[in-house]
Amino acid sequence: MKATLEKEPRLTGNNNQRQEFVAPPVNIFETRDGYVLEAEMPGVNKEGLEVTLEGNEVTIVGRRSTESVSGEALFRECGRADYRRVFDLDPAIDTGKVAARMEQGILTLTLPKSERVKPRKITVSD
Amino acid sequence: MNYLARWQRPGLNDWQGVGRLTDLRYEIDRLFESPFAELMRTTQLLSGWTPAIDMFEDKDNFVLRVELPGTKKEDIDLSLHDGSLSISGERKSEDKYQDSEVHRAERFFGRFQRTISVPAPVSPDNIKAQYKDGILTVTLPKTEEAKPKHIEVKVG
Repeated sequence: MKATLEKEPRLTGNNNQRQEFVAPPVNIFETRDGYVLEAEMPGVNKEGLEVTLEGNEVTIVGRRSTESVSGEALFRECGRADYRRVFDLDPAIDTGKVAARMEQGILTLTLPKSERVKPRKITVSD
Repeated sequence: MNYLARWQRPGLNDWQGVGRLTDLRYEIDRLFESPFAELMRTTQLLSGWTPAIDMFEDKDNFVLRVELPGTKKEDIDLSLHDGSLSISGERKSEDKYQDSEVHRAERFFGRFQRTISVPAPVSPDNIKAQYKDGILTVTLPKTEEAKPKHIEVKVG
């Protein structure tokens, strides 16, 4: 089971320093006009967010800006790793119009489809 | 058409089609790594959601950090009763995407409740709570009696 864990995309080797990422849970909706992706990243604000579009991939990286609390930890359940997750993009998405918003630990990514591929009603002329 | 919903290039990692199942496997793997905290998360897969909590203590305060991403401030309730701090509330899902096609649904919505027993008396009137970046931070100042005393002993 250990060996399987090593291959998880959440654990990424970074030269000599090993950095651990955790994949944020997401909801993805598709409407006529495009996609909406919501990712839960508590502790991440606008400054710690990186959304990169490259080729047909979108990479989401969220770095926590949680201040450390002084004193002794009685218990810890919250993760401390930064967030990272990669998605392949539907070619219908207009990458020039992707918008991101960060609000109370939720990233909302709006990925509109390009006009070309949107379903369109054609009115029949007489 | 499920492009966006694919989560890693298949060449780089094992292709894992079903998100929830993958998460479950990951949770099971992690269960063996760190049994206590992760047990909570595994139960969460089965029965709604439980926010994760960190708790710290210094000489003057207890500080709690609760992960509540995407909750509205007015939907969070805090109460202290007999030395137990209870955090409850509801995370509401938005209806605006209800007619759309769902590709991934990994987030949890609905009611949550957790009760933490505070190990020493705190003064209820001076409890402070702040909600920022989806994290609720609660500071509970200890009562004067509960603070550690420094007694100087003169050796004569």
